[in-house]
Amino acid sequence: MSIAVYIIVMAGVTYLIRMIPFTFFRRKINSRFFRSFLHYIPYAVLSAMTVPAIFYTTDNIWTAAAGTAVAVVLAFFEMPLIVVALAASGAAFLLGLFM
Amino acid sequence: MNHRFLRGMSDGIPICLGYLSVSFGFGILAVKSGLSPLQASVISASNLTSAGQKAGLDVIAAGGAIIEMILLQLTINIRYSLMALSLSQKLDRRFTTPHRLMASYGITDEIFAVCSAQKELLTPAYMYGMILVAAVGWVTGTALGAAAGELLPSSVSSAMEIVLFGMFIAIVIPPAKKQRSVLIVIAAAAAISVFFRYVLPMVSDGFAIIIAAVAASVLAAVFFPVRDEEGASP
Repeated sequence: MSIAVYIIVMAGVTYLIRMIPFTFFRRKINSRFFRSFLHYIPYAVLSAMTVPAIFYTTDNIWTAAAGTAVAVVLAFFEMPLIVVALAASGAAFLLGLFM
Repeated sequence: MNHRFLRGMSDGIPICLGYLSVSFGFGILAVKSGLSPLQASVISASNLTSAGQKAGLDVIAAGGAIIEMILLQLTINIRYSLMALSLSQKLDRRFTTPHRLMASYGITDEIFAVCSAQKELLTPAYMYGMILVAAVGWVTGTALGAAAGELLPSSVSSAMEIVLFGMFIAIVIPPAKKQRSVLIVIAAAAAISVFFRYVLPMVSDGFAIIIAAVAASVLAAVFFPVRDEEGASP
C-alpha cells in the first residue's frame, strides 16, 4: 500500500469528523438539558484529557507532578494561558535537573 | 489586517508554542517509522491532530489495512464531532457554509478550548488567525523533529511535552473557582478518566476520554441545568 493512500484516508476521515457537525448543524438548541450538556462538555473533555495523562508527559512522574502543581496554582490566580503553560514546563525542567 | 484575525493569531501563540514541542516528538517518531521528513510534514499539515497521527503512524509502519486506519481515526478523533457541535452553537452570522467548510479543518483540542473560552461569538477571521498560527507551529515542529530530532537534549524535549496540558489547566481552573458545577464536572471527568486508565486499560484513550466527558457532562446537566441566559457556550 502506498503511503500516500494511507495519508489521504487518514486526513479525509479526520476532516469529515470535524466538518459534518460544524457545517450541517445550524439550529439553536432549545432543550435545556442539551444546552447544559454542551455548556459542560468543554471542561469535561479538557479534564479527562489532562488527568491522568499529564503525569506521564515528562520522563519522571515527580517532575510532571511539579509542573502540574505550578500550573494549578498559577491558574488559580488567573494568570494568562501562556504564563501558566510555560511555567509548568519550566518547573518540570528545573526539577528534572536535580533528579 | 483585520483586527479579529490578529487577535486570533495572538490567542493562538500559546497553542503554537505547545504544538512546536509536541509535533517535534511526532517528527522524530515518524522518521523512526520509516517516513521521510516531507511525508511526516504532509501528515501534520493535512491531519492537524496528535493522537490520531501517532496511531496512524503505527498502521503505516505495520502495513495495516485501510479499514483499520479508518476505524482507528474514527475512534480516536470522534471527540472532535462533539467539539464541533459545541462550537456550532456560538458562531457569528459571518460563518457561511464555505467558512464552515474551511474552519472545521482547524478544530483541535486546543483551538476548541480557547474558542469555547471566548465570551463573544466566533468569527471566521478569528478562527483563521488562530488556526494559521497553530498549524504553522505544528508543521514546523514536525519538520524540525524529523530533520534534527536527536540534537535537542532530552531534558528539554521531555519538559516541553507538558506545555499543552498546562494550558488546559489554565482554561478549566478559573471557571471552576466561580461555578461549583464546573468544579464537580472536572473532578468527575478526571475521576472517570483515571478509572479507565488503571482499571480498564484495554479501552483506547480516545474512547476513554469520550465516555468520561459525556458521563460527567450528562450528570451535571441533570443535576445543575444552566439557566436560560447562560446559553450553550461556557
